Amino acid sequence: MKILNVSILQFPGTNCDYDSVWAFEHLNHKTRLVWHKEENLPQDTDLVVVAGGFSYGDYLRSGSIARFSPIMKAVQEYANSGGYVLGICNGFQILTEAGLLPGALKRNKNLHFISRIQELKVVNSDNAFLNRCKKDEILSIPIAHADGNYFVDDETLSDMRDNGQILLQYCDSDANVMDINGSVEQIAGVCNAQKNVFGLMPHPERAMQTLLGSSDGIKMLEGFRQI
Amino acid sequence: MKAIVNVYLKEGVLDPQGKAVHHALGSIGFDNVSDVRIGKQIILELNSTDKEKAKEELDEMSQTLLANTVIEDYDIEIVE
Repeated sequence: MKILNVSILQFPGTNCDYDSVWAFEHLNHKTRLVWHKEENLPQDTDLVVVAGGFSYGDYLRSGSIARFSPIMKAVQEYANSGGYVLGICNGFQILTEAGLLPGALKRNKNLHFISRIQELKVVNSDNAFLNRCKKDEILSIPIAHADGNYFVDDETLSDMRDNGQILLQYCDSDANVMDINGSVEQIAGVCNAQKNVFGLMPHPERAMQTLLGSSDGIKMLEGFRQI
Repeated sequence: MKAIVNVYLKEGVLDPQGKAVHHALGSIGFDNVSDVRIGKQIILELNSTDKEKAKEELDEMSQTLLANTVIEDYDIEIVE
């Protein structure tokens, strides 16, 4: 069984860092927390996780200030040379602000902070993240966000569709795609064209134990074992 | 030198806050409003005297940080 070295980023206001540590260690991986002031990632990093929270208090726009932290330059270089990066919730927002993922995340359509367990439909599983899931499979994963309203222009969206970059959509328990926050095509998660940078609003690291509502997050995070 | 950068969602990008305020205005009797858009105003105090140079710099600031040009437009105004 392959053991990964997972580097988990911490910005001021990150609050899912220790949940992410717990989740990846639960899968027997090794983790390291990396403070945003660092200029380099640990040399043996197999996967960078940009954990959720409220970096810099979500001031200006969610993720807009964090993306200029020193560590993000290293993450850019790491991603550009093919390294694997996963952004969860605020991490997704940071990666879009940094231009590592297409689109942007706006305030939820109903202006509410939405916090609940949500069904998701797997749109594409042919990638390093969701390869343990089947296409059209339904997963139950917690969501907790105010700025999850995914926007991307039509042209980029069409390229993303053709290239299998749309990973997850919000849906109900019968797999009917459902609008919960105003996202274009009800998108909950995407990847870049090279399929090494992934971002999603739901929190797989909070769905690791059936006792706490769902263990579907295991299936998602286990995917990275093949990288 | 004082400058103002206005940042607002692009035409065609849904503005949920604008929609909510539009609805609220209607509910308290202001029926004469056909649309509301909400933006941000960023007021900057600059240590420069060259207006043109300042404008260039403000443009760069807006492109890199103040606005997210995927969803937002901006305009720059030098006040004094």
